[in-house]
Amino acid sequence: MTIDNRPNRISRREVLKWFATAAAASQLGSTGLLGQESGALPQGYGSDPKVAGIYKPGDFWPLTLDRGQHRLVTFLADLILPEDEYGPAASALRVPDFIDEWVSAPYPRQQSDRKKVLPGLALMNELSQKQHGKDFAELSARQGTTLFDDIVGKGSSSPKLKKANDFLGDFTSLCMGAYYGTPAGWKAIGYVGNTPMASFDGPPQAVLDLVGVVQTVK
Amino acid sequence: MPTISIDQAKAEYDVIIVGSGAGGGQMAYTLTLAGLKCCMLEAGRSYDPGSETPMFNRPDQAPLGGGSTPDKDMGFWDATVDGGWEVPDEPYTQGSTDKNEQFTWWRARMMGGRTNHWGRISLRNGPYDFKPYSYDGLGFDWPISYDDVAPYYDKVEMLIGVHGTNEGMENTPDSPPGVLLPPPKARIGDLLTQKAGKKVGVPVVSIHRAVLTKRLDADTIPAKLHPGNKWAQDIVAKSMRARAACFWATPCGRGCSIKATYQSTTVHLPPALETGNLDIIADAHVREVMIGANGKATGVLFIDKTTGREERVKGKAVVLAASSGETVRILLNSKSNQFPDGIANGSGKVGKYIMDTVAMGLKGQIPALENLPAHNEDGTGGAHVYSPWWAYEAQRKGKLNFARGYHIEVPNTRRMPGGNSPVPMNYLRGLHGTKLKEEARRYYGSFVSLASRGEMIPNEHCYAEIDPVVKDKWGVPVVRWHWKWTDNELNMVMHAQKTFAEMIEAMGGTVTSKLATSGYDLIRPGGNVKHEVGGARMGDNPADSVCNHRSQTWDVKNLFLCDASSFTSNPDKNPTLTIMALSWRCADYIIEESAKGNI
Repeated sequence: MTIDNRPNRISRREVLKWFATAAAASQLGSTGLLGQESGALPQGYGSDPKVAGIYKPGDFWPLTLDRGQHRLVTFLADLILPEDEYGPAASALRVPDFIDEWVSAPYPRQQSDRKKVLPGLALMNELSQKQHGKDFAELSARQGTTLFDDIVGKGSSSPKLKKANDFLGDFTSLCMGAYYGTPAGWKAIGYVGNTPMASFDGPPQAVLDLVGVVQTVK
Repeated sequence: MPTISIDQAKAEYDVIIVGSGAGGGQMAYTLTLAGLKCCMLEAGRSYDPGSETPMFNRPDQAPLGGGSTPDKDMGFWDATVDGGWEVPDEPYTQGSTDKNEQFTWWRARMMGGRTNHWGRISLRNGPYDFKPYSYDGLGFDWPISYDDVAPYYDKVEMLIGVHGTNEGMENTPDSPPGVLLPPPKARIGDLLTQKAGKKVGVPVVSIHRAVLTKRLDADTIPAKLHPGNKWAQDIVAKSMRARAACFWATPCGRGCSIKATYQSTTVHLPPALETGNLDIIADAHVREVMIGANGKATGVLFIDKTTGREERVKGKAVVLAASSGETVRILLNSKSNQFPDGIANGSGKVGKYIMDTVAMGLKGQIPALENLPAHNEDGTGGAHVYSPWWAYEAQRKGKLNFARGYHIEVPNTRRMPGGNSPVPMNYLRGLHGTKLKEEARRYYGSFVSLASRGEMIPNEHCYAEIDPVVKDKWGVPVVRWHWKWTDNELNMVMHAQKTFAEMIEAMGGTVTSKLATSGYDLIRPGGNVKHEVGGARMGDNPADSVCNHRSQTWDVKNLFLCDASSFTSNPDKNPTLTIMALSWRCADYIIEESAKGNI
């Protein structure tokens, strides 16, 4: 279930206006134009944000995924990174909000990703409709997984499936960046740190033995 | 960091210092502790590492996981304010549209400048590095030797705190006993790299970085730094006691709120301010050095960015420590009847012979590092080991197709994940669910990235000049850069690639990318390592250098250059430690001359 309780929502009309303007500016290759028409565009966090602050998606620029897109993102993210013995599901770690923040960001890399992610989401629905007669987020977990595997397995057989396969790769990468940037994600992948210690003793003996090296710094 | 407005400035200072980074910070520290009244001008805003540093902030607490954007080129938490590859309202231009002839210029607009985010790598130039022309007939000799600078390296290392080991290697100077702090333990990737290095003849040893692996000895060091000056000793001791030892967390590039690493804002400026002899004016964009009828500098003219007004501050001497490019800009823009081509430019060498560090990197995937038990490798928040250049003998025998050397930096393999996928996606393609998590855990920490940092030979095609047309927001003419690599640098990075591939193979690993066949495909663009040096080199002949061995300009006796603009060569050793050592040395000369009434 998707609860649309995210902060800093804006209207779909406003979103379309922003990105149409941004696309026009991008085609002209002029960052100056972005500045001139900035009345309609979201802003970044600037060159002097308060970096020590604690932030959440939506704090710097409005989130732009609509309810249906957010629901699809949540379903797909949880299919990619489900709850299991390694850790919680992606949605429990706010991965969908991260992706919403990402595709809503006013920076070139993110705007480029937006142009891949939004059509990719639509394509997932199209493929799901064709196979099951309903949107992707309406599928059972098993159906979703099977479709995912079909796309990966047949990814080179048609331009459409290749596009879907590329999208799943890009989307998985975004999910990984979000999921593994959390304490639960750290535990899942085996990162230990970000905590003050009285001393740094180097790798444990068990790790040294596994790799076949000895500590040389005395 | 307390600042004053121009209205509060004294009518005249002993010394005006332009820039608050490594060179300016060291100058202010040394002069004010000797009793000289100084005014420092910083082009950016004030900055407080104590309250502004994002210690422990996680990717899920920052926009886009803390990743880089055009607003923050090195990521959200990077300790760079109002800067990066572009500075708002302060453009620079290129002399060529050829991508191989472009220069990338990193600037910061904040108290402490680039010392807030720097890599903390603190390597001494060796004896060959000060006499490179004598060594191999290329470039130019400095007018000083290692022995001239060594006592200042000692003092700077004791003041800022540098960890490392003495290895007795060629052209890689040892520090005197007791000066270096203990090295941090090697990480697992370090040890495997070291083992592989032995197989291919590349030594891997503890790196020198300005991080306190234990607290500085505030009871004994101040007396060594300031003999006979109890007042200075007490101030420095108090400042040292305010610094904590590293607690082995948080990357240094974010800055350090506990003052465990060197930043001008945590080490140089606090004691300088404590003397009561330092005034700092922030948001002061210096346009030119003012000159008197007697040919001496009288102060500087700057734009107060908070009001947009031109202001002037006077001093008996002027020190430029604004960074090489900015110092060149100020010198060339300081035109007068006496100096129609810019101040201190009688030789015509201002702006000439700019250098950067020669850099490339190669990544390998190492099966021996897969699926290791989870363990903490944060360490000092930067590299723990490196390879000093090792092939002097092979070079002397003519076995290499390039001159000079490079060192190898070995980063942590188990850094904090988040923002981007912690494992390259080509290792995870098509996976999902528990299998994806298992493979992520398998591969995390199994990638070794080796980075080369090498010496560039100065050449006449690399220079900075004033753009004849473009001005910044305040009407100040901007810098136009010219750049060209030579075969020496291109051959060097190809050698590094071959060496790194051998090391990765010796680890049982596989290079993750296709090997380049041209140096241009490997080498990072000019300026990209942020080590731009030169542009106002020191020498022993006024006809072909801008300043003398004391960093004093030949043409204007009370004008000194104390950033890396005075560098005659750019050894593979990172420049910051040498900037500080030369600045301290210059400061001692200013103090002597001031006492004699010559300044």
